[in-house]
Amino acid sequence: MIECRNIKKSYINGDVETKALKGVSFTINDGEFVAIMGHSGSGKSTLMHILGALDTPTGGQYFLDGQDVSKLTDDQLADIRGGKIGFVFQSFNLLPRAEVIRNVILPLVYLHVPPEEREKRAQEALRSAGLEENRWHHLSNQLSGGQIQRVAIARALVNNPSLIMADEPTGNLDTQTGEIVLKTFQDLNKKHGHTIILITHELDVAEHADRIIHIKDGLILSDEKNKNKKTVII
Amino acid sequence: MTINDILKETSSGLLSNKVRTGLTMLGIVIGIASVIAMLAVGNGATNSIQTRIESIGANLVVISPGAPRTTGSNVRASRGSANTLTMADVNAISNGVTSAKYVAPSVSTQKQIVAAGTNTNTSIVGTTPSYVDIKNIVIDFGTFFSDEQVNQMAKVAVIGPTTRDDLFATGTDAVGQTIRISGNEFIVIGITQSKGGSGPSSADDIIYIPITVAQQFLIGNKYVSAINISAQTADLVTDVQNQATDILLANHNITDPTKADFSTMNQSDMLATASSITSTMTYLLAAIAGISLLVGGIGIMNMMLTTVTERTREIGLRKAVGAKKFDIQIQFLVESMMLTIIGGIIGILLGIGIAWAITLTGLLIAIISPMSVILSFGVSAFIGIVFGYYPAARASNLNPIDALRYE
Ligand SMILES: Nc1ncnc2c1ncn2[C@@H]1O[C@H](COP(=O)(O)OP(=O)(O)O)[C@@H](O)[C@H]1O
Ligand SMILES: [Mg+2]
Repeated sequence: MIECRNIKKSYINGDVETKALKGVSFTINDGEFVAIMGHSGSGKSTLMHILGALDTPTGGQYFLDGQDVSKLTDDQLADIRGGKIGFVFQSFNLLPRAEVIRNVILPLVYLHVPPEEREKRAQEALRSAGLEENRWHHLSNQLSGGQIQRVAIARALVNNPSLIMADEPTGNLDTQTGEIVLKTFQDLNKKHGHTIILITHELDVAEHADRIIHIKDGLILSDEKNKNKKTVII
Repeated sequence: MTINDILKETSSGLLSNKVRTGLTMLGIVIGIASVIAMLAVGNGATNSIQTRIESIGANLVVISPGAPRTTGSNVRASRGSANTLTMADVNAISNGVTSAKYVAPSVSTQKQIVAAGTNTNTSIVGTTPSYVDIKNIVIDFGTFFSDEQVNQMAKVAVIGPTTRDDLFATGTDAVGQTIRISGNEFIVIGITQSKGGSGPSSADDIIYIPITVAQQFLIGNKYVSAINISAQTADLVTDVQNQATDILLANHNITDPTKADFSTMNQSDMLATASSITSTMTYLLAAIAGISLLVGGIGIMNMMLTTVTERTREIGLRKAVGAKKFDIQIQFLVESMMLTIIGGIIGILLGIGIAWAITLTGLLIAIISPMSVILSFGVSAFIGIVFGYYPAARASNLNPIDALRYE
């Protein structure tokens, strides 16, 4: 469970202070599929970084599964990320020279999973993410955009996270491939009960979630149930 | 992260840019190879000088003209330049030094030698037959000259094997042949056995003639340039030195021993002097090699810093999926250590190869000490840690968000 209480974040560059988040509060329960939507520069990525324990807020409190994450050290944050959170980024962020399977295994290496278990868990994750088996030993720079994003999803899944965060996961994909990726998230949410936070600037994409939090200029504009949820038919 | 994981990550990091990895490694390879080769050359030189000094005779005391180094001053008259020792001194020592077994005066000079159309430049020693016993000279062909020949000023010569090879055919018995030195004809009556060693001061490239002849015809005065004494036993070496000193001081009417116009030196003094010179030389060579090793280390740091910058995104990604500071730091540290250790191993092999090649040229026998190999290996690993530490620390301190944002 995620609980944000009046989260603030400002960046200071020299004399310039940018207030990216100006006090954001909400709660996300386990098993929810939430979209965070807003224009470019509205603070979505900043919020995701905090929710994903990549960064700490400059004000307010953030509880992840009851634990106050806002004041942890870098290494404690790394533990949280490795154990509870899976990321899918817009630009795909795979190790280009490594095989698909090794990319998926990577979080398990840092999680101290015994080597003999890793391969099996990576294969399960790749299956859940829907990547064809004949691609598993390709180098990741030999894959198409959609396939890369599936590898990224598999990597996000492999540590059995309670929370999957995706920052503009369809931003670099064509509409059709994007739909497939969104369907994968819906399946993971429905069939496996993963909590999913989807960050996007497009209403079309946000409408695949059950709830949409709309932010603007670092503040929440609206936070409501998505009444016309899109389902993907392929 | 298991050791296996670390090795897998680092080797893929190093293999991703093979040319750069190779060039960086080259710095370490050259550094380590030169350290090994330089030390081997230094050791070889020390060894060769020691064997040569030992080969000139056991229990040896040499008295040279000229004042010894006075305390508080490093200035000393050149040994050859002072004319302070005479045949009278030699006789006084022969009669007075009871601990002496053999006494032989000698004069030396360097001359052009002509024989049957060829010629060579070599050192000439004028001496007496006892010299053979003092310096352990073994005669291969013919004989050494006798006391009688010395007294009669016979123009006879005993030549070293290298001189023989230069003047006559290699390995032949040149006894009976004639050689010319400064217009004087000498009959070769003996050839000495090789003592080994090479170079300009080799004991094999030499000509022995009666001291009387050398003084009269080649040098033109009656002084001697050294009095060589061999003590009866090793224990009596100091005794010989003291007795000879007392006699010469008395002969020369000198009361203050610090004002002596001659100096005595025994074999262990010579060894000590020579080894202090060669070890200084060895350290100098090693220091030069060490500098190239340092430069190699800086090359490693440079490459690692470039790598860290280039792989900022990768580092951010690793951190995003749970890598801690230590995980990143160890990866980059092991990467630079792998560079230096592999470079070190190649360098050690190359250094051994160079030392071997130097030995093959015949200039000197390079001696690789196992210590220098172990040391070089340790040093290369150490360089990996030292010069890899800063880039690794920089990588580990990258903020995952900045790293992910980095384009
Ligand atoms: N590291 C940073 N330093 C300074 N300003 C930043 C930094 N990251 C983001 N910002 C600013 O914070 C605001 C929100 O950025 P971001 O969270 O990336 O927005 P979004 O993802 O919605 O486009 C923007 O004005 C952006 O310029
Ligand atoms: Mg963004």
